[in-house]
Amino acid sequence: MSPLQACLVFSAALFSLGLIAVLVRSNAILVLLGVELMLNAANLNFIAFWRYGPTPAEGHGVVFVVFALAVAAAEAAVGLALVIALHRHQRNVHLGDARRLHG
Amino acid sequence: MMHLPVQLTWLIPTLPAAAAAVIAVVPARRPGLGAGLALAALAGSLILAVLALGGALADPATRLTHTFTWFAVGHGAIRLGWLLDPLGTLLAVMVAAVGLLIFTFSLGYLREDPRAKQFFCFLSLFAGAMLGLLLANSLLLLFVCWELVGLASYLLIGFWFQRPAAAQAARKAFITTRIGDLGLLLGLVWLQDATGTLLLFDGGRGVLEAEALSTLAGATTVGGLAVSTAIGLLLFCGAAGKSGQVPLHVWLPDAMEGPTPVSALIHAATMVAAGVFLVARVFPLLAADLALPLAPVHALSVVAAVGAVTSLFGAAVAVAQDDIKRVLAFSTVSQLGYMMLAAGTGAWTAAIFHLLTHACFKALLFLGAGSVIHATHHEQDIRRLGGLRERLPVTGATFAVGMMALAGVPFLFSGFWSKEAILHAAHGWAVSQLPFLVALAAVALTAFYMTRLLAEVFAGAPRGHGAETAHESPAVMTIPLVVLAIASVSLGFLGTPWWPWLQRTLDPTFKAEAGGAGLMAVSIALVATGILAGWTRYGRHPRSDARAPDPLARSVPRLHGALAARLGCDELYAATLGRLNAALAAAASALDRSVWDGCVRFLARLGVYAGIVSRETDEKALNGGFNAAGDGLRASGRAYARTQTGDAHGYVWMLAAGFVLLALGALLGEAR
Repeated sequence: MSPLQACLVFSAALFSLGLIAVLVRSNAILVLLGVELMLNAANLNFIAFWRYGPTPAEGHGVVFVVFALAVAAAEAAVGLALVIALHRHQRNVHLGDARRLHG
Repeated sequence: MMHLPVQLTWLIPTLPAAAAAVIAVVPARRPGLGAGLALAALAGSLILAVLALGGALADPATRLTHTFTWFAVGHGAIRLGWLLDPLGTLLAVMVAAVGLLIFTFSLGYLREDPRAKQFFCFLSLFAGAMLGLLLANSLLLLFVCWELVGLASYLLIGFWFQRPAAAQAARKAFITTRIGDLGLLLGLVWLQDATGTLLLFDGGRGVLEAEALSTLAGATTVGGLAVSTAIGLLLFCGAAGKSGQVPLHVWLPDAMEGPTPVSALIHAATMVAAGVFLVARVFPLLAADLALPLAPVHALSVVAAVGAVTSLFGAAVAVAQDDIKRVLAFSTVSQLGYMMLAAGTGAWTAAIFHLLTHACFKALLFLGAGSVIHATHHEQDIRRLGGLRERLPVTGATFAVGMMALAGVPFLFSGFWSKEAILHAAHGWAVSQLPFLVALAAVALTAFYMTRLLAEVFAGAPRGHGAETAHESPAVMTIPLVVLAIASVSLGFLGTPWWPWLQRTLDPTFKAEAGGAGLMAVSIALVATGILAGWTRYGRHPRSDARAPDPLARSVPRLHGALAARLGCDELYAATLGRLNAALAAAASALDRSVWDGCVRFLARLGVYAGIVSRETDEKALNGGFNAAGDGLRASGRAYARTQTGDAHGYVWMLAAGFVLLALGALLGEAR
């Protein structure tokens, strides 16, 4: 197994773990955690394809990742603010209870 | 001495007018503030008017004018202006001074009236408009102010509008003067059309200057009248309406329904004299046709005839009136006729002289009457007055001065001198001696009815409750009486035949004529006859109680009855013009109700039917389609809303499922 394949297998596992967390946990904070895991799995793929790709000398992959991390940080701030607002409304962060968006 | 620059003339009328505007918004619970403002503004105007008079007297021959453009239209422009000459400024000083005294008197007279604030507002408006009228150098500006004083007069006659008689009198005054004003307006339009300007003096191009006058006198119109005669007569219509000349005199006696200070200021001293002022102002225009010996009628002859009829009519009717204010009102009518007579015979300076002295002593008499009315709790009927000599000493003494001035008691009193000037002019009139004889009769009648009034009110014993409990009015009311009494005596010396200062100032070409001694003796004899006749009938044996008949009614009952009914003028108008008007109104009403209302109702019915048809099509046909479309939209929206569960987790599951399906699709597509 080449190092690239190993990396991709690892990142796929990480993504799946994150997705499972998002799908099955009902605590909003843990769902956010899962989202972060999935994001970082994607970031790992960027790094891996860059490192083992045709032009490892240029910093393309790192730039992508830095951007993605910055956006992820902003998204986490918004997500946590949403979680706090949710807590204010219903005194818990249980996603099953937050059904006010129904049409 | 400081003179008022002619450019600042506008300040004189504007001060009281602005005061009226401010008083209108002053809180009503502080009437003192409004009255103070009115007094201060008028005092300011008086000072400015005196300064203006000083400027005009310094050089009477030159006229100070200030012209400005009101607005431009087409190729021309409407120009207004101010004029400072001895005539206007002298009268402005008189109006401001008499007005100031009457404002002061009103402080006492209306102390208990809750609407005193409005009263001072209207009075200020009147003073502003009147001053503007006197100082205008444009007939248009004069007309604007003329209508404004008419409005103020209407508001003030109807000041106690809760009383139907007052509201009625205000309407009557407004409508009657409007009839005259229609003539004035027509005259102005004609004048503007004929000369292209309404400025009085405009450096040679004004309507009162030689060029325009010769044009107007040279052209003839219907009936061979010179244009200047026709225009002059139209202008005289306005003057006759305002100055209560027969046949437009009917409003003036009724105007006495207003508060007495108003009667004194507006309906005796100033506004009613505006007609005489107008005649004096446009005198060159009225006199322009004298150069045409073949003219069918001269404008001034009409003026003299109307004045003569009015002077005799007013004096005769005044003899038989029982209301203290009505006697004075008819006396005013008569005196205004006198002034018109003087102007008509060419002696407009004598008319203005009499205007000035009359303003003082008639204001004095009216304020004296107001003081009597105030003291006797609104008793105006002379049959229930009497014996007020001891109870109202100041009012009685000043009223006697006013009476003697009006009756023309010789030498000391101003009325004698001004009346003398008028008689002299009438005697010297070349056209006819009739006005002179009429004026002589009016002299005797005036002395008679004034003696009657004085005797009935002040002599004898009280004949009513109001007269028994009367007390002298406060100082704020008696001081103006005293001041006016002094002026009623002293003003006469401005125009005696030996030193006609006033006449010379007004008209630099005036020449004093000698040889009036015989005339003077005749008039003194007539005055003495009148007073003696009045005294023997009313003074020597005062009537015992209020129901005792008038001595005149006993000796000549039919004549007395006709005079007491004012010779039936009001009834005549009611029977002719009033009935004609009512018939026209009824016809118009019938036409409205049957013809026009029918058309309108038919159109309305058409509209209603169209509406019904429109509603039916809407409800039956159009609404079905729109309702169906709306229902479909609502159903599809409801179905779609069902997918929006609001469950965040469910959304993520669907996302994941969708992703898996996409991925499977991609893999399968690649495998194929």
